[in-house]
Amino acid sequence: MTSIGTGYDLSVSTYSPDGRLFQVEYAHKAVEAAGVAIGLRCKDGVILGVERLLHSKLLVKGANRRIASLDEHIGLASAGLLADGKHLARRGREEASSFRENYNSPVTVQILSDRISAYLQAYTCYGSVRPFGLSSIVGGVDKTGPKLFCIEPSGVYYGYRAVAVGKGKALAKTELEKIVNKNLESGTEGGLTVREAIDEVARIIYLVHDDNKDKDFELEMTWICEESGNKHALVPEDLLKSAEEKAKAALEEGMEED
Amino acid sequence: MWKQPAPANSSFNDYNTFPLPQTQRGQSSHAHGPVGHTQQPLVTGTSVLGLKFDKGVMIAADNLASYGSLARFRDIQRLHPLGKHTLLGVAGDMSDFQWLKKELDALLREEDALALSDSHPSLSPKNIYELLSNLFYARRSKMNPVWNAVLVGGWDKVKEESFLAYVDLLGTTYTAPTLATGFGAHLAQPLLREAFEAKAGINGDGPLLTQEEAEKVLDDSMKVLFYRDARSINKYQIATITAEGVSISDSKSSDTYWKFAEGLRGYGAQTQ
Repeated sequence: MTSIGTGYDLSVSTYSPDGRLFQVEYAHKAVEAAGVAIGLRCKDGVILGVERLLHSKLLVKGANRRIASLDEHIGLASAGLLADGKHLARRGREEASSFRENYNSPVTVQILSDRISAYLQAYTCYGSVRPFGLSSIVGGVDKTGPKLFCIEPSGVYYGYRAVAVGKGKALAKTELEKIVNKNLESGTEGGLTVREAIDEVARIIYLVHDDNKDKDFELEMTWICEESGNKHALVPEDLLKSAEEKAKAALEEGMEED
Repeated sequence: MWKQPAPANSSFNDYNTFPLPQTQRGQSSHAHGPVGHTQQPLVTGTSVLGLKFDKGVMIAADNLASYGSLARFRDIQRLHPLGKHTLLGVAGDMSDFQWLKKELDALLREEDALALSDSHPSLSPKNIYELLSNLFYARRSKMNPVWNAVLVGGWDKVKEESFLAYVDLLGTTYTAPTLATGFGAHLAQPLLREAFEAKAGINGDGPLLTQEEAEKVLDDSMKVLFYRDARSINKYQIATITAEGVSISDSKSSDTYWKFAEGLRGYGAQTQ
């Protein structure tokens, strides 16, 4: 890395001569080491999925989740440093509840993402702090419909139809593009239903995982849709199971073709 | 039942017609004015009734929020569910009730959000009741009471039994298989007890009332309250909390009989 030894990569309060903040770029590296996280916006809701890598066989099943609820109707999936993710989710919950306190109505996904991103950005302005080692996907259904955003360590955030962050995000994104393009061509933007999307997200996560030849993982999926009462909730066990089986079958099929 | 709002300059208030509070003038205050404490309720709800039956617990309250003696708001729900297995029935100051709803809903929302990540159990009726007891006692100790009397009804999923308890603005707490707040404690509680003890016996170890029987007793008690409590209206709801969850009935009315009133002298339009 060209930045090493130049002295411009020690603090986020000093630009390099070509106008980069190396600490922020290093934070992106921390994200790339994490298991993939995927968000998919459908016509009737939003799906969040995470490949939670298991560093030990002794871990309790379902422990250390990487998807958190920020409010009834909004979920946050993060890729990067686990503890940073927990802190950010806590902050997000506080923002969401303070919005309710002030305005007596649920916060929209856009406004909450904006506030979280402002918080992240503040950690790119001072020499005394380090930026968050996180890319976060914020998804939810509010009065404006299903919404999906991704916030980077720098504090920038964009709205997406579908997004992937973490290890193997490139492969995941090409798969997501295929799905989105198919819907765009058939003239039904966001034409997927959440039920269909569960299978797709599971398939992509299994595919990405297989491609990386990584240690064991647990698939973690949540949704916000009519079926979950427009609340952020875990995808029911039976749906998750069947999606995983289909994903494994699709992988086998893919291998035979190779 | 609730203290009448009275103007500061009147020593008596025969007709209960002055609901407006007076600000006290000439008292020392800080730049932002005196510290405000609730010293009297303004818009109030009257009795709440609670009754255990064989499959759970029922709570009833009418739909009126009075402004002094004026029947000001006639479509107010005073039953509030908290999560799947708990329900509050609230009498007393309605703005304190609204504040309470907001606080508790926010707490439950946070609990739900956390439960997704660490799957800890949701708050039991007992948890919510203890929290309210502590809150009410702490607030009365600060001379700033939460001006309500609350019945907490619920279903304890772990013990598989119903829950019913009382807490009020003084921090007083107690529990019984039949409960009533305010006027209801005088007028309806004896009726509820009589029906309960007729089946369950004085120690409550016999069979409990069935759902139909319990509803009938509450219907009768709400009717008595409507006849005799001047702060009630003939429009009420009954909430039923069982293992399956909370269900709140639509508003309903009792059949009332007024024929006898024609013979009464001293009221109404008669000249003789």
